[in-house]
Amino acid sequence: MSTQRYVARAANVAARMIGGEMMIMSGSDSSLYSLNETASILWQAADGVTPLAQIVEQHICADYAVDAATALRDAEELAEELARQGILVLSDAPLPDSRPPAKASA
Amino acid sequence: MSGLMHELGAKALKLGIPLSVQLDLTYRCNERCVHCYLDHDDHGEMTTPEIKDLLDQLAAAGVLFLILSGGEIFLRRDLFEIVEYARKLMFSVKLKTNAVMIRKAKAKRIADLGVASVQISLYSHRAEVHDAITKLPGSFAHTIKGARLLRANGVRVIFANVLMKHNVDDYAEVQALAAGLGVEYSVDPTITPMLDGDRSILGLNIAPEELEQVFRDSTLVGNAEEFCAPPSGPLAEADALDSLPCSAGHTACYVSPYGDLYPCVQFPLPSGNVRNTRFLEIWQNSAALKEVRAITMAELQGCSSCVHGGSCSRCPGLAYTEGNMRGPSTQDCEKSLARTGVPSPNLLQKGPATKPEPAAGAGSQRSLSGNHAVIWMAAQR
Repeated sequence: MSTQRYVARAANVAARMIGGEMMIMSGSDSSLYSLNETASILWQAADGVTPLAQIVEQHICADYAVDAATALRDAEELAEELARQGILVLSDAPLPDSRPPAKASA
Repeated sequence: MSGLMHELGAKALKLGIPLSVQLDLTYRCNERCVHCYLDHDDHGEMTTPEIKDLLDQLAAAGVLFLILSGGEIFLRRDLFEIVEYARKLMFSVKLKTNAVMIRKAKAKRIADLGVASVQISLYSHRAEVHDAITKLPGSFAHTIKGARLLRANGVRVIFANVLMKHNVDDYAEVQALAAGLGVEYSVDPTITPMLDGDRSILGLNIAPEELEQVFRDSTLVGNAEEFCAPPSGPLAEADALDSLPCSAGHTACYVSPYGDLYPCVQFPLPSGNVRNTRFLEIWQNSAALKEVRAITMAELQGCSSCVHGGSCSRCPGLAYTEGNMRGPSTQDCEKSLARTGVPSPNLLQKGPATKPEPAAGAGSQRSLSGNHAVIWMAAQR
């Protein structure tokens, strides 16, 4: 039986959508990251309370021709990588996160 | 600069996005530094709701890097409310302060809010020298304590060491003090005119031979031989046509506590006011900013053919305060001379040992440089 997983944006990062590209700056070492389209979707939906599976179903599967199991597996790998970089928090329990979505009009 | 950061800058320039904004929250200050350019009275600072609305606009415009400065920012009772709001909007926030008012709780709060860095003005390792510059007895002790508390909470701290006649001999010890505290160090050898156009504080600038010594210190400039190499000649014509003087007005700008928008804190060209016009409207349509953006290196009078063209640190804001934003900045000509021993055409025209004079019409312009002058050398932690 698989466990629900939750993702939240790390508290000390800075982020902005610039020219359609999500730029993330790590708070720990000021490293800069650029997220691709699907990673940006995951990042923006990472509110800490919506299960990752639900994010994938609502925001990935709905818009991309990919089956749910594959999409979830890819999303988990991506989330684990972003967590290793310290810009996302991954948990088996909901994570409180009051941050609004990053403004994304530029 | 990382490759991705360079790409981000290039992309912002191409798309006309203001990547970085300095917002001065107040000109009030608890210190009275001898070289400061500011009038410390409150002439009607933006309110908390006004600042929050501006931050919303900046985030929507694509600003990623937000510098909160002053005056002394901790004199704003709403500082943490502003910083918290800025962080919720996911700005990378840098604070500039003298750290005199930072105590345990404030240091922890800054860390908890994920502030990217705190830049602290420090003038000497000797309390009597530092306090004589700030005119605030005990300020050195408080500033160092503030820096220690921030570091104890894991906050990245940078000492900004402005050099002037009073402290020019102390920078090596300030560097050592910074290293001992786990603090980064940056040095700025430029004192610039006061807000009201008064240029009398330029007399505080270090002597040319002292500037030469600073430029030949490898702990400050890295490879001193390379830094002080003979001028490489004017920019190639094709490069000059494409090159821009600096990021001011292109991917960066400055907003005063009263809502006035300028290309840069050092470039006081009135470009609009965010109290009566939306930020993006000013950024995209201001005639002043459009004029700044139209200037390329090729049309800089006296600079486009200068032998220092390829390596000059020319500040368009300083040129503007001299009276012509398309002209040379004499203080940067003097830096080039100190680095290489070769005078620029501008200096040759002015004659030997000529100091910059107040330009006609510049007296009523606002010069916001002073202790916020370009930090042009920074050592890593």
